[in-house]
Amino acid sequence: MSKQTELIQHIPRLRRYARALAGDAVRADDLVQDTLERALVKLDLWRPGSDLRAWLFTLMHNLFVNQIRASGPAHCELDEAADVPVRGGQSDALAVRDIHAALAQLPSEQRAVILLVGLEQFSYAEAARVLGLPIGTVMSRLSRARERLREIMEGRAVVKLQVVK
Amino acid sequence: MSGITEDDLHGYADGQLPAERRLEVEAWLAAHPEDEARVRAWQAQNRGLHEAFDSVLNEPLPLGMVRTANVRRRGSRPLWRAAAAVMALAATGLLGYGIGVQSRPVAMEYAALPHDAALAHVVFSPEQRHPVEVDAQHAEHLVGWLSKRLGHELHAPDFQALGFELLGGRLLSGQAGPVAQFMYQDRQARRVTLYVRRDGAGRVDTGFRHVREDGVEVFYWVDRDLGYALSGAIDKAEMGRLADAAYHQISR
Repeated sequence: MSKQTELIQHIPRLRRYARALAGDAVRADDLVQDTLERALVKLDLWRPGSDLRAWLFTLMHNLFVNQIRASGPAHCELDEAADVPVRGGQSDALAVRDIHAALAQLPSEQRAVILLVGLEQFSYAEAARVLGLPIGTVMSRLSRARERLREIMEGRAVVKLQVVK
Repeated sequence: MSGITEDDLHGYADGQLPAERRLEVEAWLAAHPEDEARVRAWQAQNRGLHEAFDSVLNEPLPLGMVRTANVRRRGSRPLWRAAAAVMALAATGLLGYGIGVQSRPVAMEYAALPHDAALAHVVFSPEQRHPVEVDAQHAEHLVGWLSKRLGHELHAPDFQALGFELLGGRLLSGQAGPVAQFMYQDRQARRVTLYVRRDGAGRVDTGFRHVREDGVEVFYWVDRDLGYALSGAIDKAEMGRLADAAYHQISR
């Protein structure tokens, strides 16, 4: 199978991740398109036999981070965003809407971790490579992201977390 | 404490622990309901993410995106220029659905048919969870829906005599407008796809043609307003028999 054919097989999953990460379809597909163009230019640098999927997600992550930087402080506010109570669980349709809204309230770096692990099912080590972070940082972000998401989905105020030792 | 860490709880929720450790965490959770509630909530989040976003895997794939990924890089300028044009289209966000197709010579359209069909085959035929958008149990609805979207009556050929069952179908977006893809599977889980789109209206019907695209055998033809391409990574002679059956059923 040619490198290009392998590339194509990853498009649906790249789109899924981008949609969840960027929050809207147009921005997400732009991100995928940019990623593919970047991948095409750099394809010779990718070693056949190594994980193409992780490599593509890494490219996408770097593009996403650059976009966030370029778009300025609006995204930083997400970090400080007050918990908007969003009720969950009444129905599936509502729950799906809720998870969109809840994700949007997470800081983007937490969103990326929870999506790579929970949606794209990367191992923690792979997620760390994609994000260019030590695995310990990935784990602590994952932990914060999940607790934050739980608070948002359950519509309750921030409480101090119990840490298992 | 049995040395269960926060990381172990996540590893458990994500199914990333070795069996032995998993049992230890299970025992810990049985004794610590608060942790158990957290782990269950995280697992519910994972399920929620899949429920919310797995449908993206099923959406019409912008074939321009596929083309971008598939540009052959042999340094030949015209191909790069074509790719640049596709990228420019993509940037408008209006990929697919007829943009720019009028300026494309008909002969080129026709040449792209087996190529696009092979790409679509390669993208969707390995898919385990969502190979099709509408399954064969709703065959009537499937054919009606795709016919409506293409603006032309379609038929899904019956390959049962040749050992292939209809799995279902999906709608894709091509540069020349919507495209229907029917997927079939035999008992060994080998898959073939029939790619159908409106093609070169008013042109004389063509006979069968065959091409091999990156390991995929493609038989294609034009019948009245529609272009058909049957793709599969299986024996050429067998593909030929399937294509022959499709051709005769469709032109009947």
